[in-house]
Amino acid sequence: MHIMEGFLPAIWCIVWFAISIPVIAFGVYKLNKLVKEKREILPLLAVAGAFIFVLSSLKIPSVTGSCSHPTGTGIGAIMFGPAITAVLSTIVLIYQALFLAHGGLTTLGANVLSMGIAGPVVSYLIYKAGMKTKLNFYFIVFLAAAFGDWATYMVTSTQLALAYPAGGVLTFGAFLSSFGKFAAVFAFTQLPLAIIEGAVSALLFKYVVDVKSDILVEMKVLEDSVVRKLRGISA
Amino acid sequence: MSRKLELIVLAVLLIFTAQFFYMSSTTDAEYGGADDMPEGVIGEITDGTFEPIAKPIWEPPSGEIESLLFGLQAAIGAGVIGYFFGYYRAKKNYENELGYKGKNKPEGDKNSI
Repeated sequence: MHIMEGFLPAIWCIVWFAISIPVIAFGVYKLNKLVKEKREILPLLAVAGAFIFVLSSLKIPSVTGSCSHPTGTGIGAIMFGPAITAVLSTIVLIYQALFLAHGGLTTLGANVLSMGIAGPVVSYLIYKAGMKTKLNFYFIVFLAAAFGDWATYMVTSTQLALAYPAGGVLTFGAFLSSFGKFAAVFAFTQLPLAIIEGAVSALLFKYVVDVKSDILVEMKVLEDSVVRKLRGISA
Repeated sequence: MSRKLELIVLAVLLIFTAQFFYMSSTTDAEYGGADDMPEGVIGEITDGTFEPIAKPIWEPPSGEIESLLFGLQAAIGAGVIGYFFGYYRAKKNYENELGYKGKNKPEGDKNSI
């Protein structure tokens, strides 16, 4: 999912930064406000950030014979929303760009958009929609995290296809042709990894509900009745 | 405590691992990083005229150093997660022991982090 340093033409670097920076700024604002109002969320915030740290460092072999990594952003998106997750992802992406030559500073805007914004937005929407249904709670978390992961890689494919349309001229057909090629690299590789990410995220969420459900209720992530039901089953 | 979810996750991981062992022993897949593959695709689309517009400021000098830094990243994350889960779990247990049991939300939670 990381677009490597220098792999996007300058114009696209600017476009993706222009979209990402306002979201990060809004995330920082929300983060400050949240921490000021509820200091007790700090540990959960650290856990959400740490989960992104762990998962995005694990390059996992996939069925396609290549390795890729999960994003770990689903948990943060569900608990704190996409904007704050964008801030957490940015920290991870800067670490990887500076110390691992993985991703890059010119492509940071593009990578923040795919991993820090698009994926979490999808996770968040699926979670909110899922909570209106009667599906099992952990299955909803699974779906949110798995599709968020997959959406991240779809956005990366889109970004690369926009920058490198077939034939060098950006028409819809040329875009689709390139998108197919980039998605072929990412989409199938990511499918099983998205399932793993979803499963592990659901498990982590179970433990959060187990030890700290009161904060989740307070942050309106979960309703009290849901917590009681979950505890009735799993406690 | 029900361990249903743990079992499901374990099953998913086992199926995945089995698949990996099978695939890696029956095919000669290289298991390279998917993140490095777009370079080839871009080269193909642009007929080899592609040049990155920038180079990383610093690159890990070897695969070992790179694994070290990735490992470090995972370790920091895992440490933080473990610390806070341990902290919360112990806190919950002691609060129950001290007679908070029965209350839905222990009062002390509000003021501490």
